[in-house]
Amino acid sequence: MPLWEHYHRPSTVDQAIDNLAQYAGRARVLAGGTDLLLEMQQGRTAPVTAVVDITQISEIKTIEEADGYILIGAGVTHTAITHATLLAQKATCLVESCGVIGGPQVRNVATLGGNVAHALPAGDGTLSLIALDAEAEVAGPKGREWRPIGSLYVGPGKSALDHAAELIVRFRLKPHTAGEGSAFKRIMRPQGVALPILGLGAWVRVAGGVVEAARIALGPAGPRPLRAGQAEAFLVGKAFSRDLLPALAEHVLAEARLRTSPHRATAEYRTELILPLLARAVPLAVQRATTGHVTPEGIGEG
Amino acid sequence: MKTLTFTVNGAPTQVDVEEHDYLAEVLRNRLGLTGTKIGCNEAECGICTVLVNGTPVVACIYPALRAEGASVETIEGLAQGDKLHPLQEAFVEGGAPQCGYCIPGIIMTAKGLIDTNPDPSDHDIKVALKDTLCRCAGYSFITHAIQSAAKQLRDGEPQDHLPSLPETVAPLNVIGRPFPRPDARLKVTGKALYSDDFAFPGMLHARTLRAKYPHARILKIDTSRAKALPGVHAVLTADDIPGEKNHGLVIQDWPALAVDKVRYIGDPVAIVAADTRDIASAALALIEVDYEVLPVVSDPVKAHEPGAPLVMESGNLLKHIKVRRGDVAQGFAEADLILEETFHTPTYEHAFLEPECSIGRIAEDGRYEIIVGSQIPYQDRSQVARCLGVPDDQVRIKGALIGGGFGGKEDIAGQVHVALLTRATGRPVKMLYDRHESLIFHPKRHATQITVKIGAKNDGTLTAVETTLYGDSGAYASLGEKVMTRATTHSAGPYEVPNVKADCYAMYTNNPPSGAFRGFGVLQSAFAVESAMDMLAERLGIDAVELRRKNLHRVGSVTNTGQTLRESVGLEKCLELVSAEVTKRKETTQPASKNKRRAWGLAVGYKNTGLGGGAPDKSSAEVELYADGTVQVRTSAAEIGQGLVGVVAMCAAEELGLKYEDVRVLLSDTDLTPDGGPTTASRQTFVTGNAARMAARTLRNAIEATLSELYDQPPQNIRFEEGLARVNGHSLPMSEVAQIFTRQGLQPKATYEYWAPKTQPLGTGGDMHFAFSYAAQAAEVEVDLDTGEVKVLQMVAAHDIGRAINPLALQGQIEGGMVMGLGHAMTEEFIVEDGIVFTDVLARYKMPSIKHAPPITSFIVEDAASTGPYGAKGVGEIASIPTLAAISNAVYNACGVRLHKLPVDQDSLLRALKSGKRTG
Repeated sequence: MPLWEHYHRPSTVDQAIDNLAQYAGRARVLAGGTDLLLEMQQGRTAPVTAVVDITQISEIKTIEEADGYILIGAGVTHTAITHATLLAQKATCLVESCGVIGGPQVRNVATLGGNVAHALPAGDGTLSLIALDAEAEVAGPKGREWRPIGSLYVGPGKSALDHAAELIVRFRLKPHTAGEGSAFKRIMRPQGVALPILGLGAWVRVAGGVVEAARIALGPAGPRPLRAGQAEAFLVGKAFSRDLLPALAEHVLAEARLRTSPHRATAEYRTELILPLLARAVPLAVQRATTGHVTPEGIGEG
Repeated sequence: MKTLTFTVNGAPTQVDVEEHDYLAEVLRNRLGLTGTKIGCNEAECGICTVLVNGTPVVACIYPALRAEGASVETIEGLAQGDKLHPLQEAFVEGGAPQCGYCIPGIIMTAKGLIDTNPDPSDHDIKVALKDTLCRCAGYSFITHAIQSAAKQLRDGEPQDHLPSLPETVAPLNVIGRPFPRPDARLKVTGKALYSDDFAFPGMLHARTLRAKYPHARILKIDTSRAKALPGVHAVLTADDIPGEKNHGLVIQDWPALAVDKVRYIGDPVAIVAADTRDIASAALALIEVDYEVLPVVSDPVKAHEPGAPLVMESGNLLKHIKVRRGDVAQGFAEADLILEETFHTPTYEHAFLEPECSIGRIAEDGRYEIIVGSQIPYQDRSQVARCLGVPDDQVRIKGALIGGGFGGKEDIAGQVHVALLTRATGRPVKMLYDRHESLIFHPKRHATQITVKIGAKNDGTLTAVETTLYGDSGAYASLGEKVMTRATTHSAGPYEVPNVKADCYAMYTNNPPSGAFRGFGVLQSAFAVESAMDMLAERLGIDAVELRRKNLHRVGSVTNTGQTLRESVGLEKCLELVSAEVTKRKETTQPASKNKRRAWGLAVGYKNTGLGGGAPDKSSAEVELYADGTVQVRTSAAEIGQGLVGVVAMCAAEELGLKYEDVRVLLSDTDLTPDGGPTTASRQTFVTGNAARMAARTLRNAIEATLSELYDQPPQNIRFEEGLARVNGHSLPMSEVAQIFTRQGLQPKATYEYWAPKTQPLGTGGDMHFAFSYAAQAAEVEVDLDTGEVKVLQMVAAHDIGRAINPLALQGQIEGGMVMGLGHAMTEEFIVEDGIVFTDVLARYKMPSIKHAPPITSFIVEDAASTGPYGAKGVGEIASIPTLAAISNAVYNACGVRLHKLPVDQDSLLRALKSGKRTG
């Protein structure tokens, strides 16, 4: 059955907001569509009268560095992110997470904004944005405002955005500077529902071997992506060594809410994975921070 | 409607589209570019890939209006006239297409890659093609073809696109040589027509209302609101079936439309034909059905317990199958060691990439015509005729190309239903299943529980094997009894065992039916017995290869069904080749990194060629010489990707001294081609190969007779070579031979009905089968001790298939079969919970992609079967049979956890490792 009657393809954000307003809640923002269109087909979203395709809006398709920030348009595709040298060097974990989402055809159209708007607690791109402490600029009928990325998540698949009226314009985050590095790792289970069963983004600032600041984002470890604050606090001020990892894992486990999801993973299994996942991501982030040498890993191997 | 203005394959194009159309629909249905195939409609299989402004995208979920102003490239745009693009050329010559359904999408994905990366590494190819699936799994051929084409484009020089192939015996003129498939060119250009690629003026679109519950009584069906919907032309229920209400290949227990009750969630309740698919879908929602919900039985063991809900009024036991040899009590008494283990295999899904599609219409002569890609056209004909209540000759089945079958296209899907709707409306009717419907509806591979009890002497001599099998046959019989019979007869492995007792209970449940699937029950029992053999070897302290060598079938062995093997038992040779190669490879294998363990595992297997068990096994072929000197072979046998067209052409060419290219093949038209029987049981190369060979030989004899009279020469002085008949210094082109026949009022054609050697029913001793193929396979795996993740790093295999007719197509079958077996071991599981299908979208059924396909070293053993064509036996199934146990044995050898159920589950594997348990 037709999933919508009207298809709009505005070329500015304002037009898009106007298009949405016209349908008073019966329209939906469409970016790459690789998640949304399937949800609509499979009857998992409310029916709409119109979709507003935002992929033609040039403002939301750029990546740039300005005023101490990296700005990434919400309509930038995952492929564009994985190809961006700027991001590989200065937002490494984001490149790594976007490089393992879906297959190449999906990455060619799926957008970072769509990943965040979908609000999955294990969204790969999301976890890295959280590890990078990004903010999102949201446009709506009342104008634009910057919101912390974490605030957009209400629950699994539930975004704080009003998809019938608002859209994400762009993201901003602080680029890695000297002594900073990041990494993203995840573990898949290829049987049953082939969704990631645990993903982890880590960002650190290191000086003289001592961790000065850290951010660890993890999912799914609760209804929303988790910032492992207790674990971060544990790392700060310590000279980093792999010997810290078991204790770090204990701190992560203390605040993670790992659960059994049928056909994906048991809580026990997820618990076992915390340490190996930390061991893959955190020392790598530290090494990048220390040496300044960065080569994103695993692109296209998801 | 809006006008979409864009460029398609370089041509400015304007087309009116619905605002909700997707690009794939516009290309296929509005522009007639049916080369772009739709496999899943959920961005999962990747085969609808086209290039938009040079970028590969999946067209099935690409909104058409997003392509406004864009440049779109499809498979149809690649060739320049008759000149193929190097990718197409390399795919044809390199043997990459099998069923061909994925090939347009694969080629377009590959084009997107090499347009931007002219010198890709194998890794780059894996990354680019990761989500463009090929269920025939010709991944190494695809990789080779892309490399070869890329080189040709870089160097500007033609390449030899043939991949390296295993050594085979010296070829004849045609037999034994690697030829491209006759249909490969159509498959790489997008011109190959599968059922959904056909359309007729005035054609209606049909959909099926399926059961709401896995088990329920139907109290009332009200179709009035659906009938009243504008654009709806017919809404039919069981009451509207004029003939037999049921179909079924062995037992006619499967209602074409549910009568009184539904027995599984895929049961059809009503069918609708309407002007468009959208209207038909809307009509389904208007059909009101009142149900009384009944208790569900969804486990074959529970179905056998007293008091279980009854799926069939006659009881849940479809068949109790028994194999008896010697005295197992005596055998176990003689044993020094007895081992008993129980194994489980899940339901598996064929996941052929072409969903089922049938088109029905009334032909110009007033008869029913059904276009369908079916594995059994003649049985389709009789089943359709029975339901319509007309004689068989009032129905014509016209086979379309088949986008993968693997056994899943033997039962009735929409054939009967489009015939009923055509009858009701007088209009052509197409019924296309979407992927969701295909998944919940069609018969699967039986889930099993198999207990193996083995007794052995300390020296490894087997004294007794007792097996107990439960098979989940689902709601209807399909081929369940036959499949589980094969599972049972093969459940003691290819070993000489003096005392055997096997009992199998094939059970009805409220799950989707189970039926034919490549390997036909033997994959499951091979996993069980070959796992048990490794456990036995360990307990006895004997090398696992040595234990097998000691007991395996040889010429002179007697099987558990009492058959003496008189010839063509190449198992020992297979085992020697594989174990020697593994020994060699172990010396050069890189050690695993920290916290990872690597190890090899090995298993063997065997599989009958042909129906066996006393079933008449025959095939007919007709061969005709045309005035232009070419020959056509006609037979109703299905080409499902296995390469039968080529086999048939090669047999005829060999016998008539023709060039391979001068033989054309027409398949599966019940008006024009004689019955080749079902395409099942690895039988077509054997039976239809023989039929084509004998028909060609009959024609050759007729030509010899005619020419010997004309030239007054004895027939033995006439030779056929290079497309010429040579008589006493004269060289007659075959075109002239055809003219001589015509002048004499003779028809240069011959038909041959080939009967395979007679077989005996199970339980009566003697030859239950006329031939067996054998294999040994080994896999090297790596287990991550931190995460439980398992990878198959490489595989080694040897297959005894009697004779390699076409080594290129043969290797495609072998690698494809092994990768499918790997999928069964590693990733695949069709999940049904209390009769409700969880795996109702393709995203929930993970089949191997190019990234899972390991390097495979393959050996061919040609221990000829004297009755096979040039010695050949079947290959279609054997290649998947040892793979599951080879991998699970390797997992055990790597980490010490024995898998009792598949697929490998890294979650439970890791928990077993951490808890010190030895079983997972």
